[in-house]
Amino acid sequence: MGEKLLEVFDLRTRIGRGPRAVRPVDGVSFHIRRGETFALLGESGCGKSMTALSLLRLLPPAGRIAGGRVELDGENLLALTERGMRSVRGNRIAMIFQEPMTSLNPVMTIGSQIGEVLELHKGLRGDALREKTVELLDAVGIPDAARRHGEYPHQLSGGMKQRVMIAIALAGEPDLLIADEPTTALDVTIQAQVLDLLRDLQKRYGMAVLLITHDLGVVAQMADRVAVMYAGQIVEQAPARRFFDTPQHPYSRRLFQALPDSSKRDRPLTVIPGSVPPLDRDFTGCRFAERCDRAWLHCRTQAPGWFDTGADAGVLCHLFDPGLVPETAPEATQEAGAASPEAPAESGSQPLLVVDGLQVHFPIQRGLFKRTVGHVKAVDGVSLDIPTRRTVALVGESGCGKTTVGKGILQLIRPTGGSVRFDGDELTRLRGERLRKRRADFQIIFQDPFSSMNPRMQVGDIIEEGMVAQRIGGDRAQRRARVEALLQQVGLRPEHAGRYPHEFSGGQRQRICIARTLAVNPKLIVCDEPTSALDVSVQAQILNLLKDLQASLGLAYLFITHDISVVAYLADRVAVMYLGRIVEEGSVDEVLEDARHPYTQALLSAVPDIEPDSGRAIIRLQGDMPSPANPPAGCHFHPRCPKARDECRRAYPPETALSPTHKARCFLLP
Amino acid sequence: MIKPVLLWTDALVFLLVAVIVAFVLYARHREHLRTPWREVLRSRLAMASLVVLAAYVLTGLLDSVHFRKALPVKNGQQEIQYSGEVLSLFDLLMGPVRTQVEKSYSAPFAVRLYTREAVIGPDGVQRRIYPRLRYGGRHLADPDRERGPDIARRATLAAAETAAAALLILWLSSWRLARRHAETPRRMARQLLRGDLDLPWRTALATVSLLLLLLFMLYNLAGAYHVFGTDKVGQDVLYQTLKSIRTGLVIGTLTTLIMLPFAIALGMMAGYFRGWVDDIIQYLYTTLNSIPGVLLIAAAVLMMQVYIANHPELFETMTERADMRLLFLCLILGITSWTGLCRLLRGESLKLRELEYVQAATAFGVARATILIRHLLPNLMHLVLIAVVIDFSGLVLAEAVLSYVGVGVDPTTLSWGNMINRARLEMAREPMVWWSLLAAFVFMFGLVLSANLFSDAVRDAFDPRLRQRQ
Repeated sequence: MGEKLLEVFDLRTRIGRGPRAVRPVDGVSFHIRRGETFALLGESGCGKSMTALSLLRLLPPAGRIAGGRVELDGENLLALTERGMRSVRGNRIAMIFQEPMTSLNPVMTIGSQIGEVLELHKGLRGDALREKTVELLDAVGIPDAARRHGEYPHQLSGGMKQRVMIAIALAGEPDLLIADEPTTALDVTIQAQVLDLLRDLQKRYGMAVLLITHDLGVVAQMADRVAVMYAGQIVEQAPARRFFDTPQHPYSRRLFQALPDSSKRDRPLTVIPGSVPPLDRDFTGCRFAERCDRAWLHCRTQAPGWFDTGADAGVLCHLFDPGLVPETAPEATQEAGAASPEAPAESGSQPLLVVDGLQVHFPIQRGLFKRTVGHVKAVDGVSLDIPTRRTVALVGESGCGKTTVGKGILQLIRPTGGSVRFDGDELTRLRGERLRKRRADFQIIFQDPFSSMNPRMQVGDIIEEGMVAQRIGGDRAQRRARVEALLQQVGLRPEHAGRYPHEFSGGQRQRICIARTLAVNPKLIVCDEPTSALDVSVQAQILNLLKDLQASLGLAYLFITHDISVVAYLADRVAVMYLGRIVEEGSVDEVLEDARHPYTQALLSAVPDIEPDSGRAIIRLQGDMPSPANPPAGCHFHPRCPKARDECRRAYPPETALSPTHKARCFLLP
Repeated sequence: MIKPVLLWTDALVFLLVAVIVAFVLYARHREHLRTPWREVLRSRLAMASLVVLAAYVLTGLLDSVHFRKALPVKNGQQEIQYSGEVLSLFDLLMGPVRTQVEKSYSAPFAVRLYTREAVIGPDGVQRRIYPRLRYGGRHLADPDRERGPDIARRATLAAAETAAAALLILWLSSWRLARRHAETPRRMARQLLRGDLDLPWRTALATVSLLLLLLFMLYNLAGAYHVFGTDKVGQDVLYQTLKSIRTGLVIGTLTTLIMLPFAIALGMMAGYFRGWVDDIIQYLYTTLNSIPGVLLIAAAVLMMQVYIANHPELFETMTERADMRLLFLCLILGITSWTGLCRLLRGESLKLRELEYVQAATAFGVARATILIRHLLPNLMHLVLIAVVIDFSGLVLAEAVLSYVGVGVDPTTLSWGNMINRARLEMAREPMVWWSLLAAFVFMFGLVLSANLFSDAVRDAFDPRLRQRQ
């Protein structure tokens, strides 16, 4: 590889003043060579983004760089004047952000936003400027670039916006592109497109990429070298291949073990207990010691040094100190004897919930008298059975209507048509008081543990709320006792009942949400992406808890998610949704191992795999999901389908039964 | 013998005080309610303006305890007759300042009238001279020579008294703080003066000392001179402007108190229920908003005036009549000003109803009224609080404008608006009478400025977006 482009020595960043100042970056050193992709991997709150912002000196107002050196081609960026720094930003180092929705100015055309950079850094004007802009839009794969040039951000989809962001970043022909979680806000099929694009562009322009992400799969696909960040420090650095073959640091190893997949189905996931420590204090020992299974006394009293473990590789851990003898046994294997209680063997048990032809349409109203001019068919004829004690996963990209299905089943949104039979009762016909009484049986866990609890209520009151509303659980003292029992059941302490939600971490909050739903003894829980806002290590804790609860309480789950690995680990049956309809449904093995619908196949192949060369053929989908207000005629998927035929354009395909439990809707199937 | 009089506005003011005290007691042990208030007090500017506001509020409260004195018992009279004049505790404290009425205009600290009068001297010759005041500076034998030194002597005395009082307060507060922090009072006092404590006690102490200085100055000077001069009928202007504080505070607080139930209930209902409820409420406030406010207020106040004039039997005293008009002004201002907050709360409720904790409550089968009260209301209160504090100064100014136009408070009620209204003629005189306007301006400015500074700090502490940035 080429010479070093960027070198960072002992970078330290502070936010705030005084002894309680937060230290998100605390002595970070690394280098990036020309043309390579360097990935910075870590959980949220580890200081990844702050590292990137420090390089560009774009810290928030209270932040400042307290020490270290950042050298770009031998020039110390930290010594530059603000004016000098401006000519570096966008010109030699460009950055793309996580949220394409808010990174573009909504009142400027995309052409003028790209042109702005060209004008500033390249001095282009007039026709040359326009030509170059169109060329850039072309380069990032925006079809019909000449026309799109004059469009506004709201006319573009999320994936398109991220492409425009990349085009803006490329406009200055930077040597280094910093990509801060560039695909986290995007769906997997779009993510695959954007990652492909980034790789192409990198080859074509020969720029280096600093990729910041929490997703091991993305790192495996993109990175040449990897650095793992934990609590403001880099704890391991290695070439990507080597990192994925043999992760060294206990933290890195645990990250891999915490990833859910189908091979870990019958045992609990390895968890990293606790969460990332707050960075507003001094650490005496190793920052990971609290959560490390191999820590011994020395780790808690002495901060570890950096030990090289090969070319370009090193670890920040006492285990690799040749002068020390670790006092722990070799890594404990959790697998032995940790198998969860055997799932009940009998299949085909009574369906608890039968959804038939569920429709949820939202009227589109226009004009003074709110005339209905059309409908957004968010859910358009979904049929689904959920047996007791089973988990059915509903998979799909954002906007396909999967959350609306969940809310429609719970009658949080009243369905437009179809039937929802729960335990013999037709829920769509229940009204008022009778529906309110029935609600105890079916509950929901939301995606965002931060907005799903009233910040002004104590945890105990939050958990008690359902019991009070349903008039169960006896008098106040009995209810309090039950709250404490529930807190213990989900792995929290009884005294937590007196605290407020903001005092808990994301994972703990999700536990409280689970305790809250359990309080009313539900039979069915709709889990609406319960782990997608959580880090991998915390996700494993929650998945284990959900699995335990299912075994001990006999719950049925409708698991709504876009994360295939979670499905593989947890679900018994899988239904894949596209644009308001289920396109394929079957047992988890049938769907994940033998997907028959082209959309399912594409979805599965787009999931980044942590095996760098798994030899899988990757099916790339073109374009975005159409709007449910105006779905394409015929099969909804045909505009993006690589195998579309004429008949696909004419009619929606009927259901084809592939086995007693496996069905799909596609004309290609026999 | 005295007979307590509870005016309508008094009752509402004390109700408001009771509500605030209850809230403080409730919030004391609830961390999420306490934290933003601590944040407010941590700002030095907010602490200073809070102290100033407290001084205004104290004056207003003292002026809200009303009673009537018994008239001297005449021979053979069975029943005790009460005076028609309603006094307040504040009037008693002001003592001579209230009762020492001159003949006409006199300038601040003057010893003679502002206007020439024809006086027949001891020699029987009529001259046009500036006669001595009846009360202002009457203790001076040779006012031209003695006035300056006398004022200086009294001011020095006031400064000395202030210094003594400030030291006493310093000692008391460091003794109290020391007990809470388990420290010696000496060390605590040193920390306090260095400004090392978590709250800006030093600023509070400085402001209190400043206010004490003003207080002692008034105490020493106001009895002997008319510090802000006198008005056309010889009444002390200082007394008038201090009495106006209550009017201003009543308008500023009671109006919001009247407006809040409308704004909160309608705003929450419109946002949460949507549909036809939302339509009706929206049409209501759009219509109300499109009528010019002053027009509505003028119409209502004039109607009220006619009603009061036609039903004199309903009011025992003049003060009660004036008070009814003040209350009515608050009412009508409240009715015209709830729309802004209502719209704000509707928007926030629209957002909150989609939040997951509200959805979760629905999924539990919690009744809708309970959701409104338990989940929506507490999460809207920061907006309400910010709106109330910001509206306060606007309303105080609105009173001045309305009274100036002639549709404000009763002409017999002492208020800054009425003072400014009268000053219109005084400023046109030659030589000009400027002190009424100045006094009203200084006191109104002090109240509005400290209210604005305080509301800035409140907004900063309660606005979640600003909080994240810190």
